This record gives sequence, structure tokens and C-alpha cells, in this order.
Amino acid sequence: MIDIATAYNKYKFLGYEFLTWLWFSIENQPAVLTPPEHESLSVTIGNRIVLENSAIDRIERITVKGDPANYDTCMLSLQQGAFISEIGLVLKTDLHEWEMTLKGESLSFTNYKTPPVAPVESDESIETAVLEKAFLLEQGLRVIDHIFLAFIRQRISVSWQQGVAPAITTWIQAFQS
Amino acid sequence: MGLLSPRTALTRYRVEDSGNTPLKEIVFNGLEKNSILSTEDETAAKVSGWSSFEEPFQPKFDDYSFVYGNYFVFCLRIDKKTIPANLIRKHVALESKRKREATGRDFISRDENRLIKEHVVNTLSLRIPAAPAVFHVLWQYEKGLLFFLTHQKTATEEFETLFYHSFHLRLIPLFPYTVADLSCGLSDPERDILQQASPTLWSP
Repeated sequence: MIDIATAYNKYKFLGYEFLTWLWFSIENQPAVLTPPEHESLSVTIGNRIVLENSAIDRIERITVKGDPANYDTCMLSLQQGAFISEIGLVLKTDLHEWEMTLKGESLSFTNYKTPPVAPVESDESIETAVLEKAFLLEQGLRVIDHIFLAFIRQRISVSWQQGVAPAITTWIQAFQS
Repeated sequence: MGLLSPRTALTRYRVEDSGNTPLKEIVFNGLEKNSILSTEDETAAKVSGWSSFEEPFQPKFDDYSFVYGNYFVFCLRIDKKTIPANLIRKHVALESKRKREATGRDFISRDENRLIKEHVVNTLSLRIPAAPAVFHVLWQYEKGLLFFLTHQKTATEEFETLFYHSFHLRLIPLFPYTVADLSCGLSDPERDILQQASPTLWSP
């Protein structure tokens, strides 16, 4: 494998493209986001999107917050050459809900909220709470990994240049506020 | 924002295989040798070390108390002293005045002023307690996956350095390229395509 620092900087565009593809997929191909073991899963955009535009001389950062976030501003920024650097996500099954903000560059998470665990009432219940929390954290991460794998499969296929990327471009450019 | 908090931040790593050496022993010894207690220094501006999840301010790792099922759970604690600049300025001014009066001079040289400032900072460092910051570590040792529950750059850098120093195991940060390379089951030709990928432009 190539050097870690080199790989981080050289391929951080993959993370930005992933977030744009993810938003496109939520609206246009939601079936690719659902892991087989979570048939009832829905993935929606949360209340925060951060975009960056380096097409101009300096890097311009646009943070769109709200409940729900105003997607019009985000789309207009994408049309002007911005990329999505962070996106809020909500994962929902019949029983559980996860919320998170996913950073494209590092695939790290902030504001990661899992379904609640049983309250800790004694020293003995700490281990139970830790294991339950770990399970729930991993469950949400597995969904994100499944979605990322679906992206990578499309990204390295011939259909990326011929089908997916032009479809995303059309989706972005067709937006009118 | 800790492991049992409603919301947390999270950075992911893959941990290098320890080979034939029992991992629990490696981790136990590394935690003991590099616990925050063994590194405490009252004059240092910053100290860091491992601490236990349930007792972050009185770390102990005996009886393998850091093992929870298939996970190792412990914390990185970074204790940092922050002396307000105004407080340093005040004490330097008072000390300079005292020195001028004691010597009968009406000025203090630049070198003397520097020595006074160093003395003030050292004295205040002894009196001001360090503020601890605790960051949880959740290590799924069977899968070789590790979650460090923050995304702060300074904390992750400190963590990566101390982790290698303590356990002599390499951490691979999981970001887009490494996740694709290590976790997506790509064939060699697919890896070649990934390595040759360049940014997509979303303009017509």
C-alpha cells in the first residue's frame, strides 16, 4: 500500500465524491444504500451540510444548517463547483435510529448518536452498557461501510464515466431554485 | 463526549496483527508502563498517558479490567496546564518592580526580563493544576478495529504516537482510500483502477 499521508492527501477527493454520490443516491437510487440485513433501512439527509469551493482563489466554506437544511443553497453551490465536505445523515430502521455527521476527507464522524442504551445503575451494569453501546456503534458503522462499498464498486467500474458521473452532473445542473 | 454519552465523535483505525504474541499481555504491559500515573510531572505544561475507563482519575489495569467482552476499553488522558497570559503579565510586572527596587536601577535588561518570565511561569506552573481531558478508546481486538472517540487533530496525533510507543503495533487510519483498499475486498486490477482514479468534475 502507498504511504498513508500521501494516500490521505492524494485521494481525499474520493471522500468528497462519496458524499455527493450519497446525496444523489438517496434521491435517485435508494435501493443501492440498503444492506441486505436491513431491508427496512431508510437513509436521509440530516440537518447539516458543509460545502467547500476551491474553484475561486481562496477556499470558501458554506455551512447550511436547519431542520431540515435548506438544500437549495447546497445545490446552487454544487453548480458553482463546490464539493460536499460534511453531511448530516439519519439512518432509520423499524426499531432504531442513528444520526451522525460524516466528514468526507477522513470518513470520521461527529455528533454520532446511536439508539439509547440502558442506563447504568450499578458497577455491574457498566459492562453491559459498554457492550450494548459498542454493538450499536458498530451497527451504524457497518451501514456506512456498506454504502461506501457500493460507492467504490460504482466508482471503479466503467459505468462511472459512462453513466453514474453524467447522471450526477445532470442532477446537479438540472436543479433550479 | 465519551463512549456512553448520547452523542460522540469517532475516528477509526485498523490495528496491525500482533503475530504470535498474546495481545492481552501486550496491551496490559503497555497500559501499565504508560499510564498517566507513571508520567505525572507537576511542573510539565502537558502530560499524557493511558487511564482506565471506569476510573479515569485513578487508573489501574489490574485483573485485566480493560477487557469488556471482545473489546479493550481504556482512555487516553491529556492533562494540560493553561496559565492565563494576563496572570503571567501581572506577576512579571510585580517581579520586575521588586527587582528594580532591590537593585536601585530604573530599568531591567531584556535578558533579565526573560529570566523573570521563566521564573514566573515555573512558579505559577507549580501552583496551577492541570486540567484533564479524557478520550475513550474502544478496540475490537478480534477484528483488529479500533475506535478513538474524538476527531480532534492534537488528540489523535498524541494517541497515535503513544499507541505505537506503548504496544509497538501499527495503526492504520481508516479514511476513504484505506477503507477502499483494506475493507472493500478489491482485486488487484480493481486496486490499480482505484490508484489511477482522479477527481470527477460535476460540470457539463
